[in-house]
Amino acid sequence: MKLTLHIWRQAGSHSTGRFETYDLADVRPDMSFLEMLDQLNEQLVASNTEPVAFEYDCREGICGTCSLVINGTPHGPRNATTTCQTYMRHFHDGDEIFIEPFRAAAFPIIRDLVVDRSSLDRVAQAGGFISVGTGNAPDANALPIAKQDAEDALSAAACIGCGACVAACPNASASLFTAAKISHFADLPQGGPERGERVRRMIAAMDEEMFGSCTNHGECEAVCPMEISTRLIGQMNREYLRSLVVQT
Amino acid sequence: MGTAVSAPASMTLDGKVPVGPLAEKWTSYRSDARLVSPKNKRQFHVAIVGSGLAGASAAATLAEQGYRVSCFCFHDSPRRAHSVAAQGGINAAKNYQYDGDSVWRLFHDTIKGGDFRSREANVYRLAEVSSQIIDQCVAQGVPFAREYGGYLANRSFGGALVSRTFYCKGQTGQQLLLGAYGALNRQIAAGNVVMHTRHEMLDLVLTAGACRGIVTRNLLTGEIQSHAADAVVLATGGHSNVFYLSTNAAGCNVTATWRAYKLGAAFANPCFTQIHPTCIPPSGEHQAKLTLMSESLRNDGRMWVPKKVGESRPPTEIPEVDRDYLLERKYPAYGNLAPRDIASRAAKEVCEEGRGVGPKGLGVYLDFAESIAERGRAEIESRYGNLFRMYEEITGENPYRVPMRIFPAPHYTMGGLWVDYELMTTIPGLFAIGEANFSDHGANRLGASALMQGLADGYFVLPQTIGNYLSASRRLPAVNGELQDGARRVTDRVGKLLALRGNRTVESFHRELGRVMWQYCGMSRGREGLLEAIEKIQQLREEFWSSACVPGDHTHLNMALEKAGRVADFLELGELMCRDALTREESCGCHLREEYQTADGEAQRNDEQFAHVAAWNCHGEDHEPVRQQEELVFSEVKVAERSYK
Repeated sequence: MKLTLHIWRQAGSHSTGRFETYDLADVRPDMSFLEMLDQLNEQLVASNTEPVAFEYDCREGICGTCSLVINGTPHGPRNATTTCQTYMRHFHDGDEIFIEPFRAAAFPIIRDLVVDRSSLDRVAQAGGFISVGTGNAPDANALPIAKQDAEDALSAAACIGCGACVAACPNASASLFTAAKISHFADLPQGGPERGERVRRMIAAMDEEMFGSCTNHGECEAVCPMEISTRLIGQMNREYLRSLVVQT
Repeated sequence: MGTAVSAPASMTLDGKVPVGPLAEKWTSYRSDARLVSPKNKRQFHVAIVGSGLAGASAAATLAEQGYRVSCFCFHDSPRRAHSVAAQGGINAAKNYQYDGDSVWRLFHDTIKGGDFRSREANVYRLAEVSSQIIDQCVAQGVPFAREYGGYLANRSFGGALVSRTFYCKGQTGQQLLLGAYGALNRQIAAGNVVMHTRHEMLDLVLTAGACRGIVTRNLLTGEIQSHAADAVVLATGGHSNVFYLSTNAAGCNVTATWRAYKLGAAFANPCFTQIHPTCIPPSGEHQAKLTLMSESLRNDGRMWVPKKVGESRPPTEIPEVDRDYLLERKYPAYGNLAPRDIASRAAKEVCEEGRGVGPKGLGVYLDFAESIAERGRAEIESRYGNLFRMYEEITGENPYRVPMRIFPAPHYTMGGLWVDYELMTTIPGLFAIGEANFSDHGANRLGASALMQGLADGYFVLPQTIGNYLSASRRLPAVNGELQDGARRVTDRVGKLLALRGNRTVESFHRELGRVMWQYCGMSRGREGLLEAIEKIQQLREEFWSSACVPGDHTHLNMALEKAGRVADFLELGELMCRDALTREESCGCHLREEYQTADGEAQRNDEQFAHVAAWNCHGEDHEPVRQQEELVFSEVKVAERSYK
């Protein structure tokens, strides 16, 4: 099939960006969206033009590196699917496709479609861990954990840290990302001792990084490739309130 | 470089294995190792390259111990390292299922699985620390699967006779990595680790023969910088991407370990690559990677191909009598659960006979029709729902209705930098951990053992051995001149790459190299083919340096430049892999050397001449690499022939 691509090109974080239009022929339906962009880039390189910068790594939907806003939706048209797992069979011959970076104040553009998401790492550094040094652990079966609790923790911990939730949110809030980590540990007894401090610190870090507040639009859940539920934001808010009245 | 290959040399390497009974070596090593006093730890700076399971766990643990640590990764975040993609699980000799498992049994399975080409003492230690890994991960909040009583669940994996695999659905690698990333984050927040993301290590700094630092390129600004360190740890993963199409992430590369090799670190068993049988087949030239599906699919799927070459009927219309259930026919005892290499080779063979299925005939069927009829669709869905969805998303075919198509793909490299018992390479002060070293898997790796090794090295082994080196090393900082020399080498190389303004894309070189490697140095190889491959790779390399095209400049994010540097290194590694395959005149582990097989096509190992590690030393661009050997001594394990008939 033939496509017309409108791709955001921007030389650096302080430059002005713009859409550039490219016509691309011979796109096959069994190509992934990123392989389609690879094909464009190979053509650009062959004509000694700088390729479009876009990020990816595992190409199996787990590393969280790929991003892109495709026709207005982070990670494109498919539910619960990252950009790298989106295939061209979901597009049609003659389609025009608009491709933009994830946009948020906390995600400055580095180049073209590549943004800086290190703000998410800094939120994680504020408390997204259990403080246990190597070699200090008791036997793994010393602490039974209800199957359901472990499964809830895993559903929350499944977050791949891609930042689509931020890109989709009208407030560019990182609430879903932060709530996922807080819920992961709040569901488990190991997370108990640092429960209050963790939620206070992570929420403060989120504010410092210029992420907005949650006003219940629910766009984050709609685009989340791991289908993380906004219910967890409720849990985070409860954890936060709890931390104001309970010591740990 | 000519194509003549030198005969195995007689030089030997000393693995520095402690004396004493196998089960007591690690304990006695730790009792005897020199320690660094708490006050002095702060004086030592350790640079760790890579932030996957091995790198992140080592960085966190060394920082907890009090060392000053810098950690480098080329990703935008340490959490993106490719360990994240491991699906199946992690082995540990906990014996929670009370089914007869033990440290000895895990050790024995691992060394046997590796076809007796790994070092006994290292493998025993791996099995020994495996239990502690699970304890540590659970304490960190890794949400492993549990039984209703709240205790940890296990499954049997990759044909093991005991259930010793811990797992988090299909996301075990991700969850373990997030555990290590959390531990690392805690140390970053405490100021004990300085994390350098989007930095690629492009060279090492040596002073008086010892490793004293690294040279990195900042991928955003192009800045080339030397970092002095008292010890350097490479945790940079494997090199399966030399095959172009592999299950590895796009960024996985050999550059860090290859730079070490070029500066004198021995590279061990480069030809030992694991080829995984259950991947989604390539659909065309554009394909950038192959997606792995869990091997557990073979528990309920039956592998078959049409009996007839050129069969044109769709699979559901081919009657039983015209189907060849190849594994069940050739290996009746194990059937569809035959080991990875056997299943992979069988698939490749029938494709070469022209009986492959799907586009380009690269694939065999994995059919669930019988299991669905027997157990019901709901049961199959509960076991493999995720995988079936993923398969349908990628291929557009519904595996509940038509058989899946699968094809083998390179997945893991057992070879890597040679290390001694302390995980130190042949360059003093340079350590290698995780998939980057050759240490524990011999000629083949058991399922669910990669995660175990990465975390064993990072949490429990390296932090105990590095002090023995540091406490004895004179704290001689890298001389400014040497730091500058390193930076100059990198600057020159980057300049050389950017001067390439030919007419051929780097991608196309990589693709062609991959084809040569797959054809001649994949799971089955022969002398003629390997000699041909060496010549082809040399030509390809020459062509790369004359007609590749690398656009852009070096002062900003330039992914084409990054890729070009990595492919240039693969073009050198590929040749070494072929040389290694050529000189290993036996079939073992993952590999069949065509000249060494029994009358009925089974692998023929040669313990008399090849029960050793082959470690290669670089002697400069104009000389052939020299092959050294580390003889493998099996003092407590009985070397046995493998048979899956």
